Amino acid sequence: MKQVHEVHFITELFGKYDGSSLQSYLEAGGFKPLQQLLAGGSEKILKEIDESGLQGRGGAAYPTGRKLRQFLSEKAPRKFVVCNADEGEPGTFKDRELLRRNIYQVIEGMIITAVCTQAGEGIIYVREEYTNIHDHIEQAIESCYQHNYLGKNILGSGFSFELRLFSGAGSYVCGEGFAMCESMEGKSGRPRTKPPYVKQAGFLNLPTLVINTETLSAIVSIIRHGAHEFRKYGTAESPGTKLISVSGKVERPGVYEIPFGLTINEIVNGLAGGMKNGKKGNFVQIGGASGGILPARLWDTKYTYEDFSRAGMSVGSGAIVVADTETKLLDYLKVVQDFFNHESCGKCTPCREGNRQLRIIFDKIAAGTATAEDFYRMEIVLDVMGSTSLCGSGKTEVVPFNTAIKYFPEEFAVFAEFEKRAVI
Amino acid sequence: MKTVMLTIEKKVTLTIDGKKVTVPEGTTVLEAAKTAGIHIPTLCYLEDINKVGACRICTVEVNNRLQAACILPAEEGMVVKTNTSRVRQLRKHILALILANHDSNCPTCIRNNNCELQTLANELNLREEIFEREYARHVDDMSPSVVRDDSKCINCGRCVSICNEVQTVGVLGFVHRSDRTKVAPVYDKSLAELSCINCGQCIVNCPVGALREKDNTDLVWEALADKSKYVIVQTAPAVRAALGEEFGLPIGTGVTGKMVAALRRLGFDKVFDTNFAADVTIMEEGTELLGRIQSGGVLPLITSCSPGWIKFCEHKYPELIPNLSSCKSPQNMMGALLKSHYAKMNGLDPKDIFVVSVMPCTAKKFEVQREELEVDGIRDVDVSITTRELAQMIKEARIDFLRLEDEHFDEYYGESTGAAVIFGATGGVMEAAIRTVADILTGQEIEEVNYEFVRGMEGVKEARIKINEDITLNVAVVHGGANITALLDKVKNGETDYHFIEVMACPGGCVNGGGQPIVPDKIKMEINVPVERAKALYRADSAVKRRKSHQNPMVKKLYEDFLGEPNSELAHKLLHTTYVNRQ
Amino acid sequence: MSKELELLTDQVCAGYGYDPVNLLPILQEIQQRSEGNYISEEAARIIARKLNITESRVYDVVTYFSALSAVPRGDVIVQICNSTTCSICDNRELVTWFEDELGVKVGETTPDNKFTLIYTHCIGACDIAPAVRINHDVYGGLTREKVRELVASYRAKEAVK
Repeated sequence: MKQVHEVHFITELFGKYDGSSLQSYLEAGGFKPLQQLLAGGSEKILKEIDESGLQGRGGAAYPTGRKLRQFLSEKAPRKFVVCNADEGEPGTFKDRELLRRNIYQVIEGMIITAVCTQAGEGIIYVREEYTNIHDHIEQAIESCYQHNYLGKNILGSGFSFELRLFSGAGSYVCGEGFAMCESMEGKSGRPRTKPPYVKQAGFLNLPTLVINTETLSAIVSIIRHGAHEFRKYGTAESPGTKLISVSGKVERPGVYEIPFGLTINEIVNGLAGGMKNGKKGNFVQIGGASGGILPARLWDTKYTYEDFSRAGMSVGSGAIVVADTETKLLDYLKVVQDFFNHESCGKCTPCREGNRQLRIIFDKIAAGTATAEDFYRMEIVLDVMGSTSLCGSGKTEVVPFNTAIKYFPEEFAVFAEFEKRAVI
Repeated sequence: MKTVMLTIEKKVTLTIDGKKVTVPEGTTVLEAAKTAGIHIPTLCYLEDINKVGACRICTVEVNNRLQAACILPAEEGMVVKTNTSRVRQLRKHILALILANHDSNCPTCIRNNNCELQTLANELNLREEIFEREYARHVDDMSPSVVRDDSKCINCGRCVSICNEVQTVGVLGFVHRSDRTKVAPVYDKSLAELSCINCGQCIVNCPVGALREKDNTDLVWEALADKSKYVIVQTAPAVRAALGEEFGLPIGTGVTGKMVAALRRLGFDKVFDTNFAADVTIMEEGTELLGRIQSGGVLPLITSCSPGWIKFCEHKYPELIPNLSSCKSPQNMMGALLKSHYAKMNGLDPKDIFVVSVMPCTAKKFEVQREELEVDGIRDVDVSITTRELAQMIKEARIDFLRLEDEHFDEYYGESTGAAVIFGATGGVMEAAIRTVADILTGQEIEEVNYEFVRGMEGVKEARIKINEDITLNVAVVHGGANITALLDKVKNGETDYHFIEVMACPGGCVNGGGQPIVPDKIKMEINVPVERAKALYRADSAVKRRKSHQNPMVKKLYEDFLGEPNSELAHKLLHTTYVNRQ
Repeated sequence: MSKELELLTDQVCAGYGYDPVNLLPILQEIQQRSEGNYISEEAARIIARKLNITESRVYDVVTYFSALSAVPRGDVIVQICNSTTCSICDNRELVTWFEDELGVKVGETTPDNKFTLIYTHCIGACDIAPAVRINHDVYGGLTREKVRELVASYRAKEAVK
């Protein structure tokens, strides 16, 4: 296998400056992209983002340039940009690193996005689980206010932008735009119905742009180096680099920035130092709890939007959870199901009742009492959930189960086995 | 003040099941399909109230994607398919998922044969239980009015919207998440311990049997069987406008005569009309109003007929308690009079009289238990049952309701005017009061008695009524918790100059009370139920000769023979009450 | 008690302009400053009144979010991650260590009301799995001995309080 290295495009400043001092961020070249914007106007910047081919890193992979332009066309006296740092997909911790090690770049990305889309207010929505870095973020915001990178008339540009931190209170679904807005309004995080969309009527029913922490960081790096530099990485359909969180049974778990196009093998056995204790790889789960399960025999699959799409999964949150053969697939799926059964908001029938039924079925599997009938039920539940759930969370929850059934049909033969045993 | 927008309504044309449909922009696919004669199934949907897209039973294919029709705006060129095999399959499976979390013991359920879930399972041809059943088993029956049965709840959220958005009571809500999600009262308390106003609007909007009234029919049967008891029944005005629905008659059919006949068959010793007491209420409350105006008393005077409203006021607006009329509700005036005047007149011991009231209302069950509502240790009313419970008793007694010949209420306490019967519709008490007060103030018999401006379903109705050159009465009529909250916040802040306000807790007034027959949402989408029921009352009003309370000859006689005059000492003892600050 | 709660609630709500939009931070702050580390029914009633919202909304939010509680808990919340990575990395040992050290099972609170031991879903510390969160701090790579020391240090902190 060829030697693989991580790249440092978005993470360029990791370790290059003291992550908590604005002064050292400036010395490392920070806020130059903002200066560029203020000098050259937003159209140039939007064009650069268009050309970079950057896609939203929150999971939906919508072209960022198009998203910003659509939001720009929303006219209202108050508009909000919300940085989605509610990183809740299990196995994901790359936003944590962006917030910890380069918070100023995230803030700069917020300001640039706000200027480009003419939004006057911003919120960094940080998950409650990251309370231990809230102070760090708030201090950075405070420093930016002190030096007029935030507040009224930023650097004499005539543009004003107010930014604050909002802490979640522990809910996975709040990573979804509407649920996030609901929680910021002091309500439970149950998604609203669309239309209208978040960009039209989000927080306080005002136009709201929810944008991922990594996307914001990438915007700054793209402006700093130009779209062409970004496009030197990756493939035609998946341009640029991506932050991934590798965890599980590998020697070196952690956050890596990779060019799109590496294979899972290169990531697991190259970057992450190989399987822990030399054990045999079993499967990876890609992109969080709602991500696909990919068996070790397919680890030469390339990490790109297009290759994953062909395999019935998606890049998602950038998580890669690696399991060796000591982890039994059905046990793992029970953990995944348990997660959803804890986190589903409970509003719509397919997701609420579907999770109830899946829990019953996985409990039976664990107890050794599942039958072929239960497998039939599971397939119906997955079909209903995947096709009729109210929000994306319910719809994508079925991916791990469907991919597991697709790639590990033999694991599900147990249902038939149990049936036989019951007959005897 | 209504602002009329003069804009040209944009139209969109879409195709539903191969049929072109043109509807105004903003119409949902569900509504558009209705105009094309297609009833897309719904369960959580409640027109204008609960449009949350939660149950997903209204799933349709739109441009080959699956969407919930109840929340999807129709768009130009949309191609909607509501009846593909895929859609039918998914609907069945969604329904099966709901059923697995529901106690489907239909035959013993209060809503058997009037259950939207049962109807759907039947219509969608679901013939097997696909999933394992798992449902909660908690029942809260501590409230005197409303019983909640978690085992039947399907988490549709209709009651939550009603309780919070429509009634602004806010005791029911969703709690927890995922499969632990449930509808529950605050901190899982009993409704009896909370600021529930017992209005029962949650009951009449529940698609299944998760909410029902506290069944008191056994107490009535018991009393009827007790030879030592003299059992009198009284019926509220709105009951006659809806009871027929329980026996298949069209919504808005008045059934006074058959109702009276049925009550006699059930064995009541006397069948009286709460309308009599409604006329008395006008005498008492009208006098109270004039007194307050003339002596500089607390204004606006606010009506006190609606026990849901009274509890709402005691919890949320205790500062307005002095504004409440001290008059008991007609139900309790009736009870108090029956156990004093009627008892005396007929040589009966009040202790032997058992008064049953048939009400369109669940809050009346709470009201009859209020400590303040007794005279010399004797309860005004012993048991209150709803229109639905009466229908149940008639069915249980195997009485062929539709074949009954019309009969009349018994004498004296069965006598009433047109003013009384309209009490059952929003604006009715106000209209009745104006008819009498205007005559008293002018000293004339004013011929025109139809005060149209207080009628109808608008949330807040206001009027300045010029009685003569010197006197103008400023009045308001309000119904439904959200409207009440909006108006009373203004009253509280002194932003209004009303003399008199009629308040009814239920939207539409008593005709739409929590004790009335339950109409499935599918029919509510077609028919404005409170409007139709109110029509039956206004018809009854215009059909009689005496349309003003003070013209009721028996009421006159009651004052001459017994009470003296309105607001007399005896009237106060029997017919007036006090309230409690519950905040 | 009631008066103190009224005072605390008013103080916190005032800090947020009595605006119900801020219900989440208001609840988090009141919870943190309340005995029992939870939002009591009484507190919910007062909050609803101060913010002019329904009690059902307060109860809904308190039961919906993991970081809020409607029942009393220990001052120190020990949350053992039970999500995908931590389960692969065998968090069962970690559970036993904490159960032994605290003398309670997962889901329980110590008799002195100091510690509550519960499972949590992913806390974003998968690189140090199996991970545990104690109040706001996150720990990984633990051993039997380290767990003992950790619990002892939190006990000492609580004793000072």
